[in-house]
Amino acid sequence: MTLLRLEEVTAHHGHLCALHPLTIEIDAGETVAVIGANGAGKSTLMSVIAGELSPSAGRILVDDVDVTKLDTHRRVQLGIALVPEGRRLFGTLTVEENLLVGAAVRTKGYWNLDSVYDLFPLLISLRRRRAQLLSGGEQQAVAIGRALMSNPRLLLLDEVSLGLAPVVVQRLYQALPVISAEGTTLLLVEQDLSQALEIVDRLLCLLEGRVVLEGPAATFDRQAIANAYFGHHVASALGNAASTGP
Amino acid sequence: MIWTNAVLQGLLLGGVYALFACGLSLMFGVMRIVNLAHGDMSVLAAYAGYALVAHLGGDPLWTFAAVIPVAALVGFFLQKTLLNRAISTGALSPLLVTFGLSIIIENGLQQIFGANDQRLNIGSLAYESFRITNGLFVAWFSLLIFGVAIAVLIGLQMFLAHTRQGRIMRACADDQRAAALCGVDPKRTYSYATAIALATVAAAGLFLAMSGSFAPTAGSNYLIYAFETVVIGGLGSLWGTLIGGLVLGVAQTVGSQFNPSDGVLIGHLVFLSVLIFRPRGILSHGSSAVAAAVR
Repeated sequence: MTLLRLEEVTAHHGHLCALHPLTIEIDAGETVAVIGANGAGKSTLMSVIAGELSPSAGRILVDDVDVTKLDTHRRVQLGIALVPEGRRLFGTLTVEENLLVGAAVRTKGYWNLDSVYDLFPLLISLRRRRAQLLSGGEQQAVAIGRALMSNPRLLLLDEVSLGLAPVVVQRLYQALPVISAEGTTLLLVEQDLSQALEIVDRLLCLLEGRVVLEGPAATFDRQAIANAYFGHHVASALGNAASTGP
Repeated sequence: MIWTNAVLQGLLLGGVYALFACGLSLMFGVMRIVNLAHGDMSVLAAYAGYALVAHLGGDPLWTFAAVIPVAALVGFFLQKTLLNRAISTGALSPLLVTFGLSIIIENGLQQIFGANDQRLNIGSLAYESFRITNGLFVAWFSLLIFGVAIAVLIGLQMFLAHTRQGRIMRACADDQRAAALCGVDPKRTYSYATAIALATVAAAGLFLAMSGSFAPTAGSNYLIYAFETVVIGGLGSLWGTLIGGLVLGVAQTVGSQFNPSDGVLIGHLVFLSVLIFRPRGILSHGSSAVAAAVR
């Protein structure tokens, strides 16, 4: 069953075209990774799905309901939660307060304070600490926990590994199958392929705002992915006319 | 004893200033709006109370029950219809909008009520006092205002620190877009904040109207005191606002002991020296967990 559907979605940052007409479908229960180099349009895609950026054309459907015009906070109520790039915690609030704000939309489901602390036991001793005093890995755990508190059906994770030590990234990635097992569909954006490939069902590779590779993660070898990632085999077809956003 | 009395009266006066300024502090803290019509809104509340008593009679104290809820409603819809729209177009727009409101309110009041001074007569409560020791008297009404001011500030602090909506308000103050990602409607939260701000400024306006005279143009003066209070204490911190109010009040009353006409001037000088020596305020945010909790 299709949970999220993007139909011919285009997005611009000013005059820069960050996403060319893009059609993507995500099924309920899937774990999908969007990979691509810097400026490929990955974060733009996340912003468009979460409602932070309005697409310049196209439609976004959740359960066949058109959400293209809905504000960010209304989409959270429909079950779309984004863990934004750079975490964006509420710095002066404590860890627990951050999680509680995440539950601003009162939804029923598996995720609550207790289950989030079960998922990230390291947060228990930090619950009274202000978020701005946490390390990057701790902040990322809070950010994921905060998003889970709304019991999303679709969890968008934007660059979970950004700026974190590999061992920390590994621990955060161990949490993702647990989240998936509780019924949440995951769409994650990564530059670091090694972690993402272990847990995802499907892979989407973006290059300059276009999908250049798509399919079950297991069907691609590293070389095929690398080629798509850097655009070796499509570079000539694309030309250099298309410019992309950040 | 004269000096002790001056300090005591200054503290009482400072409570009023704190009550008066906390709405300004809240609006700045939560949504970075500098409300230039803040003083005029208090004068508007004073006139509302005046008109109610003039038409319906009775003890002016009952007007609190009528004016404050209306002020909160006005605040809610003002934010919803006007200020939320202004915020989304940049930092300058809310400044211009509130400046415009200030002019509209002042001139509107002059049009309706004339330029003469008015007062809300609360009878003997205005001057009855009790003696602490020889030469040290405290007026009941000043003490009442002070008590209300402290209660409002503590209540507001508790609301921000311990309630769900207060937590959401602080979250919006930290990062509005991240709050939206949590399912919070920041604009609605802003409307609540302005409702609270206007309720407190209306209370302060009524108290000021009962303890002295007021005129349509009094708002700008009040605005300066409110600004000084907020800046002395540290922007966006409620405890800072309380301390700022007390410092300003004491500076004014102690100053007028030197020369009765110098009180306000000394207040301004203290404000300027805080700007020079502690530009982020006495309680600059981050200096204490509580201050940070409010910011």
